[in-house]
Amino acid sequence: MEPTSRSSKKVYLPSTGLTLVALLLLVIIGLVIIDLVASAYIQRIVIGIGISIILVVGLNLSNGLTGVFSLGQIGFMAIGAYSASILTLPLYTKSVNLPDLPGWLANIQMAFLPATIIAGVLAALVALIVGLSLMRLSGPYVSVATMGFLVIVQVILINWDTLTRGARTFAGVTPYTNLWWVWGWATLTIYVNWRLARSSFGRKMIAIRDNEIAAQSLGINVMRSRLLAFTISAFFTAVAGSLWAHFIMSFSPKSFYFAQTFSVITMLVVGGMGSVSGSIIGTVSISLLSEILRNAERGLDISFIHIPPVYGASQILMSIIFVLVIIFRPKGIMGGREINISHLWSKLFPIIDEEVK
Amino acid sequence: MITIQYLVQQAINAISIGSLYALMAIGLAMVFGILRLINFAHGDLIMVGSYTALLLLVIGLPFWVAALGGITASTVVGLIMERVAYRPIRGAPDVAMLLTSFAVTIFLENTAIILFHPTSRPFPAPPILSSVITLGPFRFAILDLIAIVVAGILLILLTLFVTRTEVGISMRAASQDLLAAQLMGINVNRVIAYAFAIGSMLAGVVGLLWSARVGKVDPLMGFYPVLKAFVASVIGGLGNLPGAVLGGYVLGILEILLQGLLPANLTPFRDAFVFAVLIILLLFRPNGILGTTEREKI
Repeated sequence: MEPTSRSSKKVYLPSTGLTLVALLLLVIIGLVIIDLVASAYIQRIVIGIGISIILVVGLNLSNGLTGVFSLGQIGFMAIGAYSASILTLPLYTKSVNLPDLPGWLANIQMAFLPATIIAGVLAALVALIVGLSLMRLSGPYVSVATMGFLVIVQVILINWDTLTRGARTFAGVTPYTNLWWVWGWATLTIYVNWRLARSSFGRKMIAIRDNEIAAQSLGINVMRSRLLAFTISAFFTAVAGSLWAHFIMSFSPKSFYFAQTFSVITMLVVGGMGSVSGSIIGTVSISLLSEILRNAERGLDISFIHIPPVYGASQILMSIIFVLVIIFRPKGIMGGREINISHLWSKLFPIIDEEVK
Repeated sequence: MITIQYLVQQAINAISIGSLYALMAIGLAMVFGILRLINFAHGDLIMVGSYTALLLLVIGLPFWVAALGGITASTVVGLIMERVAYRPIRGAPDVAMLLTSFAVTIFLENTAIILFHPTSRPFPAPPILSSVITLGPFRFAILDLIAIVVAGILLILLTLFVTRTEVGISMRAASQDLLAAQLMGINVNRVIAYAFAIGSMLAGVVGLLWSARVGKVDPLMGFYPVLKAFVASVIGGLGNLPGAVLGGYVLGILEILLQGLLPANLTPFRDAFVFAVLIILLLFRPNGILGTTEREKI
């Protein structure tokens, strides 16, 4: 951080690295408490939030940093969910649910971690291949083309019966996902995004986002930076897909379509694109809000007042919130900035400043 | 066995589907031309029109009243959509507008799900619409012919509107350069409202023809057609009206061709091919098959 006029102030502030370690410890302690004490319901919510954080921070990697707004990320989530689940499915369940699998897939049963990594790498490869063409586009064209990609993934999932059971539910996935897997991956995703944003690659990406032509004329390879962001983003999105699949245990192609896309985009836009802390804040607040709304949707009985269940109402409210945010706070809660840790410290403990003086 | 009858019938089929795509693509192109907004919610106007018509039919009104009611409802909802969601963010980045239209779609579809239940309902179009006439060796579905004729009439009217009326000419000016048009004293709000009204009206017409064609309505019925119409307007060059019409017909023909030519085990993948064509077009002819290449101004 820049030293201010009172340079001695800096001495008493913990370094950013130290603060991050402290934050990490805090998260670990929080998770231990949740793991030991919290009810199964709360644990499920915390797991859900963790998965959403991976999705949203992953999306921020590509959408927020490079300004290439992909509407097709959920396609990578689908690739992750299906491929990891096929790899981890117990052999017996596999022979019943997916009887027509080719031999080498039918006789394989992997552990959770390697399956998730393979799923992520697979999605990254797909992203690399489609990205070679898609990342040439910009503005609304890239959004629409990536949406075309999402539709294509959907059509393939529905029709590739031997691998996906088609439109039917893909069930019998072992529930490997727990708090630790999810938050471990979430921490890694956040760390990678945070490091990348500060690397020379990240600076290039931001330059491209802010002015493509100027960046190009400075010799930045637009294509390579975008492709890198898109590929890394696809990797983490697929990891989230795998985590989600091994959490929810059964899903169908429909789970990975426009509703899911919209929910992830809402979290990103509400939090503020281009900011990791914004992504996290957006995810947590929208997740909690939609959890509350989902409960309200089932209908309420408050003494004699009976509110009938209205399914879909939460989605309606979300869309209203979304439009309001775009109108009144187009850059989201964080406005594309990050929480400035040192600044926060000096605000939290102004006394330290006084003592220094 | 490919016979002349088969070819003629498939051609009629292609042109009739193409007409529907063309009518939808015009609505998208008009709005995109002026605002650079890709209005996904356009598809839901089709749904609004169809459900309104269905409601009016159910309470026993004659078909033509229901049809008018449906078209009116689409138009009104289209205008409200512009006023409430799109006017406040006019001039925002393209992506913000695109996402807003996404949100409007979610809003309308879920409202429809709450009001009308998510499952589909039969659409009782008058039986005459589903009849077939025989002309020598050829058999034509009345509905196909109606779609082609209606689209033809509307396209002629629209051409007259855009070239001969003051609002139409203002609209073309606004799509050339919104700011300059405004400086020339054109009431941009009025022009944009017209663009939405006309596009939504066409969506209402498509809604009726579409529901009569598939025989049912459901809350998500508009989404796929409008995605296809979007492909059509990209084929013709985004924001280009004659291009949108051409793109609609090209897409209709392309779809029927894919259906006929793809090996049977690949037919389910037809939609994937349509969108692959979209991506290829965006890459190599982003300004459409009619458009000229235009460098971005610095």
